[in-house]
Amino acid sequence: MNTFAELIIVFIILLNLVLAVSGSLSVCIRLAAIQGVAAGLLPLMAVGGMRGRAMAFAGFIILLKGVVFPWLMFRAREKTGARRDVDPLIGYPASIMLCLGAFAASSWLGSRLPLPHSGVAFIIPASLATIFTGFLLITTRAKAITQVLGYLVIENGIYIFGLALFVEQPLMVELAILLDVFVAVFVMGIAIFQISREFDHIDTDQMAELTDWHRPEDAKW
Amino acid sequence: MEIIKPLLQYLAVLVLSPLLLGIINRVKAFFAGRRGQPLLQLYFDLYKLSYKTPVYSRTTTWLFRAGPIIGLSAILCALAALPFAGRPGFLAFDGDFIFLIYLLALGRFFTVLAALDTGSSFEGMGASREVQFAVFAEPAFFLALAALSKATGKQSLADMFLALEPASWQAAAPALLLLTAALFILLLAENSRVPVDDPNTHLELTMVHEVMVLDHSGPDLAYILYGAALKLWFFGALIASSVLPRHSGSWFYDGAAFLGMMAVLAGAIGAVESIMGRLRLIKVPYLLMGALVFSILALLFQTGR
Repeated sequence: MNTFAELIIVFIILLNLVLAVSGSLSVCIRLAAIQGVAAGLLPLMAVGGMRGRAMAFAGFIILLKGVVFPWLMFRAREKTGARRDVDPLIGYPASIMLCLGAFAASSWLGSRLPLPHSGVAFIIPASLATIFTGFLLITTRAKAITQVLGYLVIENGIYIFGLALFVEQPLMVELAILLDVFVAVFVMGIAIFQISREFDHIDTDQMAELTDWHRPEDAKW
Repeated sequence: MEIIKPLLQYLAVLVLSPLLLGIINRVKAFFAGRRGQPLLQLYFDLYKLSYKTPVYSRTTTWLFRAGPIIGLSAILCALAALPFAGRPGFLAFDGDFIFLIYLLALGRFFTVLAALDTGSSFEGMGASREVQFAVFAEPAFFLALAALSKATGKQSLADMFLALEPASWQAAAPALLLLTAALFILLLAENSRVPVDDPNTHLELTMVHEVMVLDHSGPDLAYILYGAALKLWFFGALIASSVLPRHSGSWFYDGAAFLGMMAVLAGAIGAVESIMGRLRLIKVPYLLMGALVFSILALLFQTGR
C-alpha cells in the first residue's frame, strides 16, 4: 500500500514540474485538477482502511478538486477571455531548476521538522514543494487567472501537508475542505469576475496604477 | 565453463547488436504500412563498407582516422564491463559504472574531434550540437547510475543488477521507475533516435549525429555504424537489466529472457519513433533536462529514505 502511495507522491512532484513549465492555460488547469485528484486519493492509501468517513471525505475532495474547480476555472477563462498562453516571466530551465531546488530544500526541511512519522516517505517534502510551486506560479505569471491557479496548487500542497500530519483527525480534513470551499466561492465567484468587469483585462501589471488619471503623454485624443 | 560463459555472452552481444536496428526499422515499417528493409540490413551494409577503400581529404590529420577507431574501441571496452542478463562481464570491478561513463565520453570526444578535423563548418555545427546535448545527457546518465547504486547499495554494475530483485522494486519503486524513465530518454538521445534526431533524414537543419560522420567512408564508416549499434545495445541492456529483476539461476533462461526483453525494447523504440515527431532543436535540451530531473529525483528519493 505504501509503495502505491509513494508512486502517487512521485506523480504529484512530477506534476509540479510540468505545471511550472507548461505554457498552455487549459493544460495547466487540467494538471492542477489531476494533482488535486491524486492528492484526494492519498488518504485512502495512507489510512489503509476503507472506512466510511475517510471514503466520504476523499470522494468529496475529489469531486471538488477534480470537477468543480476545473469547471469554474474554464468558465472564468471563457468569461474573461483569457484564452492565450500563460505568459511566464521566466523560462523553462529557470522554472524547472527552481522547482527541483525547492524539492531538494523541502527534503532537507522535511527531515529537520519535528513531525510525527507518517509512514509514507516524502509526503512532507512533496507537500512543501507543491506549496512552493504554487508560489512560483503566482509570482511568475502575468495573468490573474493563472495566479488563482497557483493558489489552487498551494491549496493542494496544504491539503497534502494536513494529510501527512493529521490523517487520524477529521477536524483538520474538514478545515481543508472549508478552505477549498473558500477558494471556490471567494476567489472564483467574486475576484475574477470583478477584475474583468472593472479593468477590462486581468493582467496584474496593469493594476499597479490606481487612478483614472493619465499622464498627458499617454492620453489619446 | 565459467571462463567461457562471459566470452560467449560478449560474442553474443557483438553478433546480435546490429539486429536491434533491424527490429526497430521493421517496426517502423509496420507502423507505416510498408514492407521495410530486411532484418539483417545493417549486416549487409557493414559487409559492403568493410571492403571499400576509404577516401581521406587532404586537409585532415591523423585525428580524423583515429576518431572512428577510438569510438569503436571505447564502446567495445564498455560492453566488456556491462553485465549480460544479470551476469558480470569479464571486465567488471567495483566502481566500473564511472569507468563506463568516461569511456562513452571518450568515444564522443574523439568523434567530435574527428568531425572538427575535417574543417567543414557543417560538421562543426553537428559537433557543437552533439556537445551541447551531451552537457545535459552526461550528468543525467551519471546521476541515474548513482541512484541505482544507492538503491542497491553496490558499486559495480554487475553487483547492482544482481542485487536488484522483485523485492527491491517493491521497496524502491519510485526511484527505480524514475531512473528507468531517465535511461530510456537517454537511450533515445544518445543513439540519435526520433524525438532528438532523425536517423533517416539528411537535412542539415535536423541532423545531429549523422552530420558528424558525413566525411567518413569505407571501413571507417562501418566502424561508426557498428559502434552506434553497440551503443544502442549498451543503453538497451541497462534498461532491460533494471526492468528484469528476477534471476532464475539458470544461465540459459536468464539469457533468453534478457534477449527477449531487448527485442521488446527495440520494438518499443520503433513504436515511439512511429507515433512521435521530432522535437524542435531548441526543445531537445528541455527533454534532456527532463531526464536530468528524473535522475536527480531518483537520487533524492533514494538518499532521503
